[in-house]
Amino acid sequence: MKGLSRIDLAALTFGFAFLYLPILILVVYSFNASKLVTVWGGFSTEWYAALFRNKALMDAAGVTFRVGIVSATIATILGTMAAVALVRVPRFTGKGLFTGLLYAPIVMPEVITGLSLLLLFVAIDLDRGFWSVTIAHVTFAMCYVAVVVRSRLSTFDRSLEEAAADLGATPLRAFFSVTLPLIAPAVAAGWLLAFTLSIDDLVLASFTSGPGATTLPMRIYGQVRLGVTPEINAISTLMIGAVALVVIAVSLATRPRAAR
Amino acid sequence: MIGRDAGRGRFLLIGLPWLWLGVFFLLPFLVVLRMALSDSAQARPPYRPVFDLSDGLSATLDKIAALDLENFRLLWEEPLYLDAFLTSFRLAAATTVLLILIGYPLAHAMARAPARLRPILVALVILPFWTSFLIRVYAWIGILKPEGLLNMMLRQTGLISEPLEILNTEAAILIGLVYAYLPFMVLPLYAALERLDATLIEAATDLGAPRWKAFWLVTVPLSLPGVLAGSFLVFIPALGEFVIPDLLGGSDTLMMGRSLWVEFFNNRDWPLASAVAVVLLVIVMGPIMAHHAFETRRAEAERRGGRS
Repeated sequence: MKGLSRIDLAALTFGFAFLYLPILILVVYSFNASKLVTVWGGFSTEWYAALFRNKALMDAAGVTFRVGIVSATIATILGTMAAVALVRVPRFTGKGLFTGLLYAPIVMPEVITGLSLLLLFVAIDLDRGFWSVTIAHVTFAMCYVAVVVRSRLSTFDRSLEEAAADLGATPLRAFFSVTLPLIAPAVAAGWLLAFTLSIDDLVLASFTSGPGATTLPMRIYGQVRLGVTPEINAISTLMIGAVALVVIAVSLATRPRAAR
Repeated sequence: MIGRDAGRGRFLLIGLPWLWLGVFFLLPFLVVLRMALSDSAQARPPYRPVFDLSDGLSATLDKIAALDLENFRLLWEEPLYLDAFLTSFRLAAATTVLLILIGYPLAHAMARAPARLRPILVALVILPFWTSFLIRVYAWIGILKPEGLLNMMLRQTGLISEPLEILNTEAAILIGLVYAYLPFMVLPLYAALERLDATLIEAATDLGAPRWKAFWLVTVPLSLPGVLAGSFLVFIPALGEFVIPDLLGGSDTLMMGRSLWVEFFNNRDWPLASAVAVVLLVIVMGPIMAHHAFETRRAEAERRGGRS
């Protein structure tokens, strides 16, 4: 293995600077005492304090969190089922369409999914609020979960499940005592991905939400349109920090497994 | 050995996700199609005809007869929408090309980094993807605006005297798209390049090929599946992107995703918004199906390759 060439090093430096500098700048300016975003007025945490006094924002954070937990959980169950069906059932009626349906929401422009779901909710007279947003997020996130779990399922040894079946376990029992523990890291990663997708979503939520179910991204979007403020930088920093912590914790927890 | 219970279990296993996607993903498209054929109205709900179960057969038939292609004719004849379509297409294509140019060297360097560093580099590419899309786009507003950081730096170094107008132009949209979609291009590229057998390049150089020639004749062709996969993942969502053109492009730049949003939320013209959705759907359907077929074939080939 030859070392990295100068071009490689330049590509790495430029690439990662491009990815991280904007985020870094955002974080730094969240501690700016000055209200002007480009003028440095000294270190301050006043914007964080202002954040916690902003009731509308805090309410929105609560809604976002609840939608995230519920939708990620349903999405993980459905997505895992779909992945097991795809990998373990050799052929069934409509498998082609099923695979396509599972795959399409990932690349489908969100405005289409959002508008079509809203029109469905109007057509069936479903009240718009917590549940309509949750349903929208499940539909979108379960496909990501299915992708993550599917790639894990297709790499592991099937003979363990067969051994369980030979020993008289029902398929359901074999799944819960053999398969599920083996794919648990992927299922957990799928849940986490579904959760972050949900708390991050603006477009689907804007279409499918109703009064009383305004999510955090919707609030942030409303404020961003009015201009850049240190307060938004502060809440962004908190969200980035939370996500970074969780992702680092998960990757540390699963590393010994991955190395094997 | 499949007992009756196992058969029922399998039915549930497949049936539940199927049903969910059928009801909440497939069925809504039919509703959109019907809406696209309706007319906008100053009422609640803001369209007509409104179908109702209590309609008799003849009333229902009358309502069906009232559906027409008026909205699509409008989309075709109004230059605004044709412009939005062309702008979306141009920017999505430009984003894809720029991402190949930026992502390829990065993925290539990642694949050649020492093996123990590679998982960390991959994690560093994925990490921004986990943080809020909205926030990452927002970060660029502070950088690009006339009194923003970029202009401040350029002025202090004396490169320019007047601030550059970048925010609210197509250039800003392009920067935002490239920035937000970079991980989607780098990851498939990296996956293709990392798998690439280093001995093939050694063989080429041993046989006297210069480094650039070995790269061009061996590395590039073998990484094409990764380039294709990344391009699909970037091009399709970029076509319908809303957040980036809305926040960075200002009110003058129209892309299809933004047109749909404006018709729906600002003008409350649900039928016209639906017509835009149908057109956008028809446009992305081709690439989506092509990508799906491509991925299925690749997975198939990998499975066969893995077994031998």
